[in-house]
Amino acid sequence: MAHFAIRRLAGMIAVLFAVSVLVFAIFNVIPSADPARQLAGRSANPQLIASITKEWGFDDPLPRQYLTMMENILTGKVVSYETRENVDERIVEGIPATFSLCIGAAVIWMFFGILFGYLSAVRAGGLLDRALTVVAVTGISIPVFWLAAILLNYLTYRLELFPSGSYVPLTESPLEWANHLILPWVTLAVIFVGFYSRVLRSNMLDAMNEDYVRTARAKGLSERRVMTRHVLRNSLVPIVTLFGLDFGALLGGAIVVEGIFNINGIGQYAYESLINLDLPPIMAITLFGAFFIVLFNALVDIAYAYLDPRVKLGETAQ
Amino acid sequence: MDGRSPWYLAYRRLRHNRVALGFGALLAAIVVFVVAAPLWADHVAGTGPNATHTTERVEVDGEPREVVNREGEPVGPLWLGAGGKFFLGADGRLGRDEMVRLMYGGRTSLFIGVVAASITVLLATILGLLAGYYGGRIDGLIARALDVVWAFPVTLLGAALGLALATGGLGIGPLQISGESLWIPILIIGVVYTPYVTRPLRGQVLALREKEFVEAAVSQGSGPLRVMFGELLPNLLSTIIVFFAISVANTMLLESMLSFLGVGVQPPNTSWGTMIADGFELITSAPLLTVIPGAMLLLTVLSVNVFADGLRDALDPRAKLRLEAHAGKAEPEGTAI
Repeated sequence: MAHFAIRRLAGMIAVLFAVSVLVFAIFNVIPSADPARQLAGRSANPQLIASITKEWGFDDPLPRQYLTMMENILTGKVVSYETRENVDERIVEGIPATFSLCIGAAVIWMFFGILFGYLSAVRAGGLLDRALTVVAVTGISIPVFWLAAILLNYLTYRLELFPSGSYVPLTESPLEWANHLILPWVTLAVIFVGFYSRVLRSNMLDAMNEDYVRTARAKGLSERRVMTRHVLRNSLVPIVTLFGLDFGALLGGAIVVEGIFNINGIGQYAYESLINLDLPPIMAITLFGAFFIVLFNALVDIAYAYLDPRVKLGETAQ
Repeated sequence: MDGRSPWYLAYRRLRHNRVALGFGALLAAIVVFVVAAPLWADHVAGTGPNATHTTERVEVDGEPREVVNREGEPVGPLWLGAGGKFFLGADGRLGRDEMVRLMYGGRTSLFIGVVAASITVLLATILGLLAGYYGGRIDGLIARALDVVWAFPVTLLGAALGLALATGGLGIGPLQISGESLWIPILIIGVVYTPYVTRPLRGQVLALREKEFVEAAVSQGSGPLRVMFGELLPNLLSTIIVFFAISVANTMLLESMLSFLGVGVQPPNTSWGTMIADGFELITSAPLLTVIPGAMLLLTVLSVNVFADGLRDALDPRAKLRLEAHAGKAEPEGTAI
C-alpha cells in the first residue's frame, strides 16, 4: 500500500510538471504576447518596457523564467500581467462558485445517470428503454454552450422562471443559491446523464448473463434484490472510474457554462485570461485543473480496489 | 452453404437496423444540404456567405424592406417571400444571408469534424500499434505522454493552443500555416482526442499480439512493420471504424465549443460554432439566429452518434467493443466538454 501510494504520488508530480512546462511552452511561442508591454499598459514607451523587461526578468533564459513563474505560483505571489491582481487570490475567490456548480451538476448527473441506466437495463427492449435511449443519445449529442444559451433565453429571459444574474453565495441565502444554479447544473449535467446511463445500461446487460446472477436467482432472491445487490452493484465499478475522470474535466466545461450564466468562478476567470493572453492565470488555472484530474485519477484507482476485491493495489496502474 | 466474409455479415446486420439507417439517411441529407451551398448561394440567394447587405432593401411580396433597420436589427426569416433571398433572415448588423452562412458553416463544421477525427484515429492507430506491439519502454513512454494530455482540461488545452496559434500562426520548417487557417483547429482537435482512442486500441493490440497468427507470421520471418500493418491492423479495422464515427461526433462538438469561445474557426471562415457565437449576442431579439445553427449541429452529431451505434452493433454483435473501451479508463465521449 505504501509503495503504491509513493509511486502514485511520484507519477502525479511528474505529470503536473509536464503539464506546466507544456503550458509555458505554448505561451512562449506566441510572438504577439509581450508580457512587458502588457504590464506597461497604455502609457507604454520603449524605456518603460525595457525597464519592466529587466525588472521582471523577461530577458532571462526561458528555463529561468519558468522556474520564477512556478515559484510564484506555488508561494501565492504570482500576479496577472494584465491587471496586476494576485492570481492565486482570484482563484481562491472563485472556488465556492465553481465548486457549487461542479458538485451540484455531479449529484444530478450521477442520480439521473444511474436511475435512467438502471431503468433501461431492467426494461431492456421495452418502450421505456427506447424512450430513455432517445433522451440519452440526444443528451450526448447536444452542444453544451448552445443548450445553456437556449435555456437562458427561453426560461430566464422570456418566461422568467429562473432569476438572471450571477452567483449568490450559499452562506447568504441557500434558497437563492440553488435557484440561481439550477439551470447551470442541468446544462452541465445533461451530457453526462446521457453518457452514464448508456454505459450503465450496457454494463448491466452484460452482468445479467454472468454466472453469479444465475446463482443469486437460483437461491431464490427476489428479482429486485438480484438487480440491485448483484447486477447494479457490479456494474457501478466502471461508472466510478469514469466519474473520477470526468469530475476533473468538469472544470473545462465550467468555462462556457460560467461564461454564459455569468457565474464569477474559476471558469470565467480562465476565459477572461485566455482572451487577454494573460499567461500567469492560465498557468495557475491549468495546473489547478490538472491537479484535480490527477488527484481524482488516483482516488479512482483506490476506490476501484475497494469496490472490486479482485483488483489489487499496485496492479491497477496498468 | 457459401462462406460469408465478416464484412458482408456486418453489412447484413446493419441493413436490418432501421433506426441506424434512418439516421444515416438524415446524415446523408445534411451532407447534401451543405454540399449544395454554392448552388443555393448563386442561383437562389444571389449572395455569398460573407457578402454584407447593411444598407440594402429586399423586396418582400412587392414591398421593399430594410435588411437591417435603423436600430441595427436584422430582418427575420422571409422564407420564400423574397424568392429565397434571406430565407432565414439576415445574421445581424452586417446583414449577411443566414441561410447561405448556415450552408457554408455546415461545410466547415463537417470538414473539420471528419478531418480531425481522421487525424485522431491515424495517430491513435500508429501509437496503439507501437505501444501494444513493442511493449516495455516504448509502451511506457507513449503512456506517459498520453497521461500528460489526459491531465489537461480538454477545453482549456484546446483553447490555449487555439489562441496561441490563431494569433501567431504555425511555422515548422517549410510547413507554414496562417492564423486563420482551418488547419489550426483541425490539428488541435485531432491531437487533443488522440489519447482517448489510443488506449483502447493499445489494449486490443496487446490481446492480439499473443494470438497464434502473429506467432505464425513471426516464424515465417515477418518483420515488425509487416506484423503490425499486415497482421494486426486488419484485425483492428472494425474497432477503428467505430472509433472514427464516435470521434467525428466529438470533434464536431469540440470545434463548435472552441469556435464559440473565439479560439476555433477564425473569420472569414464560418462554422456552426461561430454562427451560434454571433447569434448569441442577439439572442433576446432574434433567438432563431442561435437556435437554428445549434439545431443543425445537434441533428448532425445525433445522426453520427446513432449511426455509429448501429455500426458498432453490426461490426461486433456481442457489444464487446464498448466494454473494452471502458476497461481502459474512458471513452472519447466521457470528457467531451
